[in-house]
Amino acid sequence: MENNNNSNNSGKKGIGRRDLIKGLAAVPVLGALAFSTSKKSSYDQNLKNSILRELNIDASIPPPTGPMAGDPIRLGIIGYGIRGKQLVKAAGFMSREEKEKLQKSALENSNDTRLKDFMDQENLNVKFTGVCDLFDIRAEEALETVTTDDNQPKRFRTYQEMLASPDIDGVIIATPDHWHAPISIDAARAGKHVYVEKCMTHKVNETYELYDAVKASGIIFQVGHQHRQTQSFLTAQDVLKKNVLGHVSLVQACTNRNSDNGAWQYNIHEKANPETIDWQQFLGNAPQIPFNKEHFFRWRKWWEYGSGLAGDLLTHDYDRINCLFKMGIPKSATASGGIYTHNDGRDVPDVYHVIMEYPDFKMGTSQENGKEKGFTFMYSATLGNQFGGRNTLLMGHDATLELLGNTITVHADSRSTRYQDMIKDKKIDPDVPLYAYNPMANGVDGVTSATAKYFANKGLLFTYRNGKRVDSTHLHIREWLSGIRNGTKVSCGIEEGFEEAISAHMTTLAFKLGRKIEWDADAKKIINVTEEEIDQCDFITI
Amino acid sequence: MKTELNKAATLNYSNGQVTALVILRMLIGWHLLYEGVVKLYNPSWSAGSFLMDSKGIFSQFFFDLASNPAVLNVVDFLNVWGLIAIGLGLILGLFNKAAAIAGVVLLSMYYLSHPPFIGLKYALPSEGSYLIVNKNLIEIFALVVLAVFPTGLQIGIDRLIALARGKSMKTEELEKEPA
Repeated sequence: MENNNNSNNSGKKGIGRRDLIKGLAAVPVLGALAFSTSKKSSYDQNLKNSILRELNIDASIPPPTGPMAGDPIRLGIIGYGIRGKQLVKAAGFMSREEKEKLQKSALENSNDTRLKDFMDQENLNVKFTGVCDLFDIRAEEALETVTTDDNQPKRFRTYQEMLASPDIDGVIIATPDHWHAPISIDAARAGKHVYVEKCMTHKVNETYELYDAVKASGIIFQVGHQHRQTQSFLTAQDVLKKNVLGHVSLVQACTNRNSDNGAWQYNIHEKANPETIDWQQFLGNAPQIPFNKEHFFRWRKWWEYGSGLAGDLLTHDYDRINCLFKMGIPKSATASGGIYTHNDGRDVPDVYHVIMEYPDFKMGTSQENGKEKGFTFMYSATLGNQFGGRNTLLMGHDATLELLGNTITVHADSRSTRYQDMIKDKKIDPDVPLYAYNPMANGVDGVTSATAKYFANKGLLFTYRNGKRVDSTHLHIREWLSGIRNGTKVSCGIEEGFEEAISAHMTTLAFKLGRKIEWDADAKKIINVTEEEIDQCDFITI
Repeated sequence: MKTELNKAATLNYSNGQVTALVILRMLIGWHLLYEGVVKLYNPSWSAGSFLMDSKGIFSQFFFDLASNPAVLNVVDFLNVWGLIAIGLGLILGLFNKAAAIAGVVLLSMYYLSHPPFIGLKYALPSEGSYLIVNKNLIEIFALVVLAVFPTGLQIGIDRLIALARGKSMKTEELEKEPA
């Protein structure tokens, strides 16, 4: 009834005082919302600022590299298998077959941006003038992929012929492990720049030889640990520099894979036979056995050509930590494991654990000086389980840093010395991340297979630059090319490669000899192993 | 000719009904306005990941929205300013009916992109347990109620607008109209 009165009232007198009150009655609610919003936002901001001020972490900018201008750099690809293909793609050349496959996949699944990412990739201004692969089919595929209107690449039957060619400035080496060092050493001596896949070497002594050859040559040498380009690692470096974690006593890194591909059961090509494969050249310094196509395609399953979990996957995790801590070669290493899931004739273990000790390593501390020193790096791997919860953890007295691909999460430790006051004042909640870094917060990524997901989670597939997804291998190759063109620094050169290879080989020796292996940093030598034992483990005396 | 105000009068709300409806209107308005403001002040916010997590029969439509950066920008803009405009409308009682209907449309998008149906699992966790009916659906129907029982003419700027319009009409006409 009241409403009737009001409308009559308004009809006669226009807008009255009562109407005005009723019309604007809601405005104070708006005021209340504005007030609470600004109060909440300043509360959140203060809390965030006080934590950020305390931590002072910068998402570090990537290392500078120069332009790709000038004449194209002339490259040779040695080994065009699974990884060789990826490297050539990262350098700018994708096979027609793969392009069609990705095109189809992108049409079916709009999350799949792999082809678009490739098309958006910067032109690195290179041409592949030579290809070398011991399997004819792959060599032809490589030729077809890198041929352009103004570049007719040549197939070299041996890498030696390629290194002798004046049309080659640098080589990308993606062969089985036992060929990494011999080719790299010869390339360095021939003055050709080298990008070599991990593990940098296959044997202990060739590691020294390669180190000397590169040092004496002046070439630009890069080992294929592309995660060094991953933005989260650069940010994690700053977290450590700012002593956010306090003293780190334990670092854990793990591998969990549970697929045939993840266990190196790679596809054996139907056209593989002694006519299409140069078997003798493949064997190289490995024990001489008759033609065996399984050995050729699934070489990672045998110590004779590969380096097992140590060379394939430990090296990535070791280098991830080495890039953060720069801790170098451990004082001692032990390893243990066995073939527990894939008892299929292989001789490398599929479950592998490594403990590396760094008793003298010092980093930041929040407690009295001298109380904290040293840490353990623990690596644990299985190729028979794919549980996703074992992320890389840097465990410090004040906080724990969790690394997962392109993201970083830092949780304060509830018993931390540094944060005890902030925890008491409820400014920091140990259950809520103290700091989280996620450059892809706005995007969603399409990673297809389980093994691809494993690599993505390790920061090995792609990273982000200015919010855009970029292949980390592409950036790693770019850094190498910039070294060649502009003299800029590479992030995984011979020093880092030497540390990676020796550390991995120490675990292999420990595994094969069944004892703790020790390193003398001053003498730059493994001390408690005889030359005979090393040779025996490296198949040199067999 | 009936004026809007007269029309409203025929609804014959009791004071208690007006109060309940206006409070409901303001609560939903507060919720949507705050959701919009939070997104506006978060420079890295985008609907992209939410849309890409879409499931159900309409998911392809939402994927298409998210996968084109230009379209996504428009979606983000419309979402933020849509929430703010609807929230303001509901709180202030300004274009009450239109705001409620727009709210129904926007919330229906949220609901349809993430329907809580059997067998659909989402990456983004929900804070409760839902089957077919979730809070979005309830808020949608609360807005339907507000659209059917508008209160802007009782409490809200709509009243002032109607009065201002009414004033420019011939008073006689107004008086002739039965209440």
